[in-house]
Amino acid sequence: MSLIEIRNVTKRFGRFAAVDDVSLKIETGEFFTLLGPSGCGKTTLLRMIAGFDAPDTGQILLDNEDIISVPPEKRPFHTVFQSYALFPHMTVAGNIGFPLKMAGKSSEEIEQRVTRTLAEVELSQFSDRYPHELSGGQRQRVAFARGLINEPRLLLLDEPLGALDEKLRENMQRELINLQADAGVTFIYVTHAQNEALALSHRIAVMNRGRIEQVDTSATIYNFPVNRFVADFIGKINLLDAQVMAISTQHLTLNVNHLGKIRVPLKASVNVNDKGVMAIRPEQINITALDPNAQNDGKRVGRIRDFLYIGDVTTYIIELADQVHIEALLANSVPGQAQRFEIGDQVAINWQENAAHFFPD
Amino acid sequence: MRRSSPLLRLIAMLVYAFLYIPLCIVVVFSFNDSKLNAEWVGFTLYWYQTLWNDHEMLLAVRNSLFIACCASLSATILGTMAGLAIHRYRLKVLPILAFTPLAMPEILLGVSLLLFYLQVLNLTLGLISIILAHTTFCIGFVAIIVRARLQGMDESIFEAARDLGATPWQAFYHVTLPLIKPAIIAGALMSFTLSIDDFVITFFTKGIGEPILPIQIYTMIKVAVTPEINAISTLLMLLTLTLITLANRFGSSMLRDPSH
Repeated sequence: MSLIEIRNVTKRFGRFAAVDDVSLKIETGEFFTLLGPSGCGKTTLLRMIAGFDAPDTGQILLDNEDIISVPPEKRPFHTVFQSYALFPHMTVAGNIGFPLKMAGKSSEEIEQRVTRTLAEVELSQFSDRYPHELSGGQRQRVAFARGLINEPRLLLLDEPLGALDEKLRENMQRELINLQADAGVTFIYVTHAQNEALALSHRIAVMNRGRIEQVDTSATIYNFPVNRFVADFIGKINLLDAQVMAISTQHLTLNVNHLGKIRVPLKASVNVNDKGVMAIRPEQINITALDPNAQNDGKRVGRIRDFLYIGDVTTYIIELADQVHIEALLANSVPGQAQRFEIGDQVAINWQENAAHFFPD
Repeated sequence: MRRSSPLLRLIAMLVYAFLYIPLCIVVVFSFNDSKLNAEWVGFTLYWYQTLWNDHEMLLAVRNSLFIACCASLSATILGTMAGLAIHRYRLKVLPILAFTPLAMPEILLGVSLLLFYLQVLNLTLGLISIILAHTTFCIGFVAIIVRARLQGMDESIFEAARDLGATPWQAFYHVTLPLIKPAIIAGALMSFTLSIDDFVITFFTKGIGEPILPIQIYTMIKVAVTPEINAISTLLMLLTLTLITLANRFGSSMLRDPSH
């Protein structure tokens, strides 16, 4: 039995469907992420789970029971808001103790648990400070502590790392993973940052225009995106216009613009002559120097147009034809060598057959 | 700091002089040992003593304080509710309805309230009608102040309270109310000040009988300007200044820092 089940939920604002017939199951103990561009409906969906908004149609089930008519304070979920939403008139201890106070716990128990929690998040000496006297990172720790102290069955997180600078964000990502593992609480995490989603989540639901495009583990979504939107939204990918020439039991044979005949893994519900794109990730492309004296027929050939050296890796931009480029990402694993190719070099381009995908239009 | 030009400083001094010299004269002559407001003769507290024995005047003070307390209390409650509603439900029409009386000429408000009480409500004019009238024009002030306070705040704070287990009433009591408290206090003090020295609307809605402070002062001046008027004016000034200073302190602290 799933902890949370969302069944055919739709929410409209006027004529605009913010969430459009979404169904999802979230299991106990999962770190589940709703990922998508702004306006894709992820925050609206989170607000409906929290109870701030009610769906127009559909059901939200907790332990198989519909909770749509249950007000937010009666749901065993807490939320960490993007702005943290700390109470400005309460001290750190007052903020963290608030859920316990609302739950009717005795003042001794509240004091005890708040003291323990403050020690856990290393904020003991800030107990009597007000939120405006804390740094961004400290405020966030208070928000997490406040969300977790009353042991909710589900913690909802609305882009909680959005307001932090990049270095701090990386540290917090690691802390979040540990926090979730230690607390054993199910997380539903909303973000538009795909790298954050990949790094943190057990499973990701990629959303676009109110609909769910794909739900799966990070690695599956990255390696086997189901459509062009997911492929393009998660990570970097080269997209080249292509048309299906033939279909066999295991392969599609494509005619790819400027690259010619290419075989990719079979894909369901694709017909001969369908148009679309061939997609391949930059790091899955291997490039080798072209020997001008050797026989080069049948090889995929390009010319190095430009490169971006980022330290750990170098991105080569390879020109296939006028205005048609693909990117290849090569690790700089040899010390002292900034790049392996010069601008203008002719190179051969290769990849494993199952690394490329076809997405019909 | 930049130094202002001498001319501008002179103009500023003149403005302050025109504003405050008359007030100072009233205060000074309330202690003058002479029946005439013409020249300084000597210091006395005689006029304050006279005031203390003037039963009509004391009744007027009592009535005015009573009216101001009742009107500011009800205006604060209703105005706070209006401010909350306007903010929460993003109302479009109510704010216009609540705020227009603030800009309306007082005489218009006075006349219309008088006709309404007499012809529609069949009310006998007296303390009740004055309290009603004062409440009416004070609500807008309170609503404006409360709404301004709410507008500066992060909306998710109120959702967070519910989310963390507070019922709507608990959320109001533990989060909303403490956060808008400075605005409520400022609004109440403002209402009190507006009520206690209101002349025009009071004049139209008071009927005959009960003496009301501003009207009583006006009536006395019609007969003769005695230093007793200076004395009561000085006391009224003191009260108003105190309240305005308090209202300002709450008002500015709430703008400076949302935590207090």
